[in-house]
Amino acid sequence: MRHLYALLLGALFGGILVKAEVLSWFRIQEMFWFQSFHMYGVIGSAIAVGAISLQILKRLEAKSFSGKLIDPASKKFNKKGNLIGGIIFGCGWALTGACPGPLYALVGSGYGIMLVSIFSAMLGVVAYGVLKDKLPH
Amino acid sequence: MIEFISQSWPWYVAGPAIGLMVPLLLLVLNKSFGVSSSLRHFCAMCSISKADYFKYRWKKESWNLLFVFGIFLGALCVAEYLPTNELVGISDATVTKLISLGITDFTGLMPSQIFSFDHITTTATLISVILGGFLVGFGAHYAGGCTSGHAIMGLSMLNLGSLVAVVGFFVGGLAVSWFVLPFILASL
Repeated sequence: MRHLYALLLGALFGGILVKAEVLSWFRIQEMFWFQSFHMYGVIGSAIAVGAISLQILKRLEAKSFSGKLIDPASKKFNKKGNLIGGIIFGCGWALTGACPGPLYALVGSGYGIMLVSIFSAMLGVVAYGVLKDKLPH
Repeated sequence: MIEFISQSWPWYVAGPAIGLMVPLLLLVLNKSFGVSSSLRHFCAMCSISKADYFKYRWKKESWNLLFVFGIFLGALCVAEYLPTNELVGISDATVTKLISLGITDFTGLMPSQIFSFDHITTTATLISVILGGFLVGFGAHYAGGCTSGHAIMGLSMLNLGSLVAVVGFFVGGLAVSWFVLPFILASL
């Protein structure tokens, strides 16, 4: 059942990505060239709604469907890793015009070529997995 | 209503809808919103590498693989049943700039001059599709998350590391869009 819910939530997110046009290479370049508010509006309002929702869940001591208290773990803070990895990710984001969510949505939208990008991204993860201990974090 | 659903959404509809993924995933699955870890799970599933990074029980994270398969299906359904306009609503300034850089086809979500199997051997396609994808995967895992995990989930939690990562996303993205993309497009 959990798997079905995961699939449905993913489908909802995928549909939103298309309707929001955030999976478009054109939108990504427009964003980095500061020529429209669209992407900043999408990301900014998503963060605002996410942050307010988290506060509400916390105040209500809300429980998930499984009955466990909702208490998402904070990500580990790695100053160098966050920054250097972030810069590398940003370069890839501007080149492909897509981050991971949109990559999957683009394949669904008919851009089969983005499967090549997904495979390449997997190789990138392998490269990170192999080099991990040698990289500054 | 049908008309609204069948059009592209303005940012103030799309953004909050994406933001609601955060509480929905927590309420339904008790999971933090994030997409890029799926790439690692795929690697672990295929036993593509012997590195320790891929030695963990990926099946416990299989919800994430179903989530990204859902992203694919959701986009497929929207493309099939609720087609948007054939042109993405980018600004005139962006169109003008892209024309000056050599883009001629503005239909669809991505420029067909780069993102198609017909051009897979050209420099622009190799760099954009293959190198770009590689950097997305490498960078997301080095940084510990992507746009969903860091920018949306991480910043929603007021995570300092996520703020550093998002600054990094923009440093890298701005550098490439302003200073590298013109050279890539010049090769078209």
